[in-house]
Amino acid sequence: MLELQGIAVSPGVAIGKAIVFDREGYSIARCLVSRPEAQREWQRLVEAVSKAHQVLGARGKETTESWGADLGGIFSAQQQLLLDPHVRSEMEHLIRDNLYAAEYAVSEVFAKYAAAFRKASSSFLAERAADVRDVERTLLEALTGKPTQTFNEIPLGSIVVSHDLTPGETASFDTEKVLALCTEAGGPGGHTAIVARGMEIPAVVGVGNFLHNIRSGDEVIIDGHVGRIFVSPDAPTRERYLKRRIARESIVSELSELRDLPAVTSDGVHVELMANVEFPNETQACLARGADGVGLYRTEFLYLGHDKEPTEEEHFLAYQQVLRDMQGRPVVIRTLDLGADKMGMTRPVEPENNPFLGLRSIRLSLRNPALFRVQVRAILRAASAGNCRIMFPMVTTLDEFRSAKFLLRSVADDLTCEGIRIPSTLQVGMMVEVPAAVLMLDRFIEEIDFVSIGTNDLTQYTLAVDRSNDSVADLYQACDPAVLRLIKRTQEITSEHGKSTSVCGEMSNNPAHALLLVGMGIRSLSLAPSTIPVIKKAIRSVTLGQCEAMAWRALRLGTAREVEAFLMNQLAGLVPEIVLQA
Amino acid sequence: MITRVVTVQNPEGLHMRPADKLVRTATHYQCQIELERAGQIADCRSMIGLLTLGAPQGTELTLRAQGPDASMAVEAIARLFDSQFDDP
Repeated sequence: MLELQGIAVSPGVAIGKAIVFDREGYSIARCLVSRPEAQREWQRLVEAVSKAHQVLGARGKETTESWGADLGGIFSAQQQLLLDPHVRSEMEHLIRDNLYAAEYAVSEVFAKYAAAFRKASSSFLAERAADVRDVERTLLEALTGKPTQTFNEIPLGSIVVSHDLTPGETASFDTEKVLALCTEAGGPGGHTAIVARGMEIPAVVGVGNFLHNIRSGDEVIIDGHVGRIFVSPDAPTRERYLKRRIARESIVSELSELRDLPAVTSDGVHVELMANVEFPNETQACLARGADGVGLYRTEFLYLGHDKEPTEEEHFLAYQQVLRDMQGRPVVIRTLDLGADKMGMTRPVEPENNPFLGLRSIRLSLRNPALFRVQVRAILRAASAGNCRIMFPMVTTLDEFRSAKFLLRSVADDLTCEGIRIPSTLQVGMMVEVPAAVLMLDRFIEEIDFVSIGTNDLTQYTLAVDRSNDSVADLYQACDPAVLRLIKRTQEITSEHGKSTSVCGEMSNNPAHALLLVGMGIRSLSLAPSTIPVIKKAIRSVTLGQCEAMAWRALRLGTAREVEAFLMNQLAGLVPEIVLQA
Repeated sequence: MITRVVTVQNPEGLHMRPADKLVRTATHYQCQIELERAGQIADCRSMIGLLTLGAPQGTELTLRAQGPDASMAVEAIARLFDSQFDDP
């Protein structure tokens, strides 16, 4: 049994079989065959070798024609790697004697040689490792008859283990089949964390290097409460977690009884609990958890996981579905919030030294009005299907907000001319996630209808911490007093002007943080649907006075660590059941 | 058993293309053929074995062959080394 510690980013316990994606982004199931099948498996491999040989030959011929024999010769050499008698006899041994499936034998033998080459002292050999992997890939493709990019071919009940997951990769998962996510890299506010919470599956990130210790097919336990991972768990550990899984299921069902009760403090102060969603089908989870609406509808997934830019109709159908499903509850649609680096299909972009400070989010939209108009048109067309609000992300300057609103108006005028009705009450708001916007909020406030604080980016930009950088991820603390002051100021300015402030970052998902926010005057939180019951339970267990006392104290502390410790202590006193659950 | 010492003359050493040619030549013969570099032995039909020798220019290797056509094989392979594998 191997026990590892990472950062817990999405709660829950999962027990399942690992599917490991290496840095090349593909994986081979660690399958065995029965003895009578071994001969057939070997035959399958022999045929694949001859097919791969032809493929390499054709590739060599093509390359020679376009680039000359010098380069084409590489493929002739790769053919020799493929036919190497040692490689062949080792694969035969693994299949006939160890009963490996052909794919498993191939990946085992080639991985061994690639590793040996990589470790070799001569750089000449180290470079050959790439040739070995190339041959391996060609052979695997010949075996399976399809490309080796298999993120969407995950077997049922898998725990996805990877160095890191890109948004596109997570978007292509079949969510029915993935039980949990676990990555070597990443931090609490990273993308894997957000996606895992959206999918309501446990996730542990920032585990550090361990992929060499785990193979596809290994049994794995992921404890998303404390961030622990067990590879090939021993019987007592397994037993313990099976019991915990059952216990957790009963707590979940207990909390679900709160579904139709409002989130009010015991002295009657109502807090609106909205849901953050990524995919239109998540509205079911929102309704099941008793969400008051959708406080943040992230639209990035329309752009990711597809090869082409989404059409206006695709946008429209997604928005319309969410608005309809939510049956008149408010739905805040946030326009594109992506970095230029993630928009591969739009146009090749110069690599940015500092993507978080680069062309992203509203900046990208304003720079590409054609792209932006498509989305805004779709939102406005869908608006009458429900209670729609529109929100611009990462607004830094008043000019940006005005430009976005100007474009919105011109699109609305076009639509009106086309005879499409747009609700006159459509509210237009902005995300507060850049400190500059907080400092200037008294100037913005007249022109905006509502504000939503994105604590993830606000924390990142206030503390100058890249939350996906493992080396500094510990500095990323939403409870840092500097961040709390910005939230407080935002809340004060908006309430002075009778406008609403919602908090939609990760902070809202943490019961102690949520109570702190209520104590600071926030009356609307937007969170992952799966955490709504816990937060509701916390709010229903306290009085406003207790929250305010908590906030008063917390705002006078000097460090994130002090705030965190104080809040944990308070939560344990006020709502012990929740603390025990974790 | 026929033995001969050969020297890698290619500027880039015994890399992909020379090794490729070596394997192709070796497979024309029935005899066992191997190359030794300071105790490390590679089968001349194994691309991976030859590459793993990691022999740079100037390396002396011991070529050995055993079997019915051993002397022809050694002749042919030694010629490859001498002609720098006709590598451009």
